[in-house]
Amino acid sequence: MTIIFQPAPDLTPPASKVGIFYWARTKLFNNLINSLFTLCGIAILITLTPPLLNWFLFDAVFIGTAETCREGQGACWSFVHAKIKLFLIGPYPMELVWRPITAAALLFGLFFATARHYLSSKKAVIGWMLLPLPIYWLIGGGFGLEVVDTSDWGGLLLTLVLAVAGILASVPIGIVLALGRTAKNTFIKVISVSIIELVRGVPLVTILFMATIMLPLFLPDGVEIGILYRVQFGIILFSSAYIAEVVRGGLQSIDSGQSEAAKALGLNQWMITALIVLPQALKIVIPPLIGRCIALLKDTSLVVVVGLLDFLGIAKAASQDAEWLGFDAEAFVFCAFIYWLLCFSLSRYGRSLEARGQNSH
Amino acid sequence: MMMSTQGTHFKRNIDEDAMAETEWVISLTEVNKWYGDFHVLKNINLNVSKGERIVVCGPSGSGKSTLIRCVNQLEQHQSGSIVVNGQPLNGNTKALEIVRKDVGMCFQDFNLFPHMTILENLTFAPIWARHMPRDEAISLAKRFLDRVNIAEQSGKYPGQLSGGQQQRAAIARSLCMSPTVMLFDEPTSALDPEMIKEVLDVMTELANDGMTMICVTHEMGFAKSVADRVIFMDGGEIVEQNTPDAFFDNPQVDRTQLFLSQILSH
Repeated sequence: MTIIFQPAPDLTPPASKVGIFYWARTKLFNNLINSLFTLCGIAILITLTPPLLNWFLFDAVFIGTAETCREGQGACWSFVHAKIKLFLIGPYPMELVWRPITAAALLFGLFFATARHYLSSKKAVIGWMLLPLPIYWLIGGGFGLEVVDTSDWGGLLLTLVLAVAGILASVPIGIVLALGRTAKNTFIKVISVSIIELVRGVPLVTILFMATIMLPLFLPDGVEIGILYRVQFGIILFSSAYIAEVVRGGLQSIDSGQSEAAKALGLNQWMITALIVLPQALKIVIPPLIGRCIALLKDTSLVVVVGLLDFLGIAKAASQDAEWLGFDAEAFVFCAFIYWLLCFSLSRYGRSLEARGQNSH
Repeated sequence: MMMSTQGTHFKRNIDEDAMAETEWVISLTEVNKWYGDFHVLKNINLNVSKGERIVVCGPSGSGKSTLIRCVNQLEQHQSGSIVVNGQPLNGNTKALEIVRKDVGMCFQDFNLFPHMTILENLTFAPIWARHMPRDEAISLAKRFLDRVNIAEQSGKYPGQLSGGQQQRAAIARSLCMSPTVMLFDEPTSALDPEMIKEVLDVMTELANDGMTMICVTHEMGFAKSVADRVIFMDGGEIVEQNTPDAFFDNPQVDRTQLFLSQILSH
């Protein structure tokens, strides 16, 4: 007669010790060195926080003139308020401000819908690919709207246009370059490698200079493209090369068994790359890819060297205004805050993409 | 009647010469392959007829995986000829794609697509390679999932399945393309012992249904019960081939005897 095995019933684990003192004892003061670090950290916080809070909030002037600000001790936020139009849209005509506002609403609306995954991936991709059309039409004009020349685009408007168009163009181009680099055709491979290595070996500032000066030389006589588009080309070229290398790393990390299994099923190379290898590779490289997009957003600030006034450039220019001299700190702090807001949103979006990707593995 | 393949003598009940050439599903003639300077397949001659079940065994490095990978050209041979379903494999990619759709392969590490559900794994090739309508592909996939007894796993991702379930899903994925030949490259070597049986049961059922198959495996019990022919390879050559009974009871070559004593002792 066999003995029937009855496994013992599961017990609940012991209740974990909770409470602020327990947490402090284990996480902050559990040994001598950690305790010293904690005390140093507390000391730094105590020293820095009150002056910072004073400057930012308590002593700050929110409404007032330059005189009121200079009399005060804290930040002059009324300077930011006075110059806000310049910060946001630069020299764009004020009476047409509804157009950039609508464009921004489209952009942030689409970003919100994508980030919250209200759209399916296919719809999201189509939405983003189509987005540049209404944006350029609204901001630039033409086809029924009054034309606003690209030299009048500035401030945050310019930064966002350069960054969004840059990201939307350089990610697909980077993927194509990465695939070209791993292609069997030697001609394609050599071209891809050359582009990647040449562009990566040169600072972005140099590429911007070369784009603004040299690009017109390659165009046929009479054809002229505005400086904004030359700069945009430079930014896209630069970012594509880096994204290509990021994607190539992802492609290499995919087990060869994946493409072997797909080959054994009778699929051709294009399908294998597009449907099996690339989706997996892109999922793996989301963190560095988002990192490159964030870097692109911040690199747009370099366009000031070729004479375009983006968000940062305009902040600096605004702080040189005779009436509001001496408030550089406020200008740059405001700039930094807005940049941080945008970059952090991208970073959070990247994290949510990664989290979604984990579900399927 | 003796065939002097590789200069070794062996008794066999299957007379390849007597069979008409057109009945051979797979035909390897004087196949040689090198990895750089390393001669991994030496003058391989092998003919497989329809419905024949072949088990290839041998020590590691003997070239048995390379042999079956040459059949669907995941490895390319440098000399000799391979003909599958009447189609010579000579570098023509279009012809190769057609051959690959008729030859299914199962790998040691399953190679399921991790970013798709099990159902999507199975419908992927019929939809994209055979241009089957989606609904038809889904019902086909469900039928095969049923056949390998993992119907309830169809919505899960490969990472959520056990090894045995994954390998059965991989077999079902190959079967969805309705192949005429199935190749197995050590299908149970990466599995826990408890799961080996469920996979071998699926393969046995497949064999009993008349599928032509070449199976590289160390499962000698499977070879004894299912195979029509057992082939022993060593050093890139086919050393001995025979029916299972003759092979296990009466190995002719001392190298075979040594191998059998090693793997059958535990």
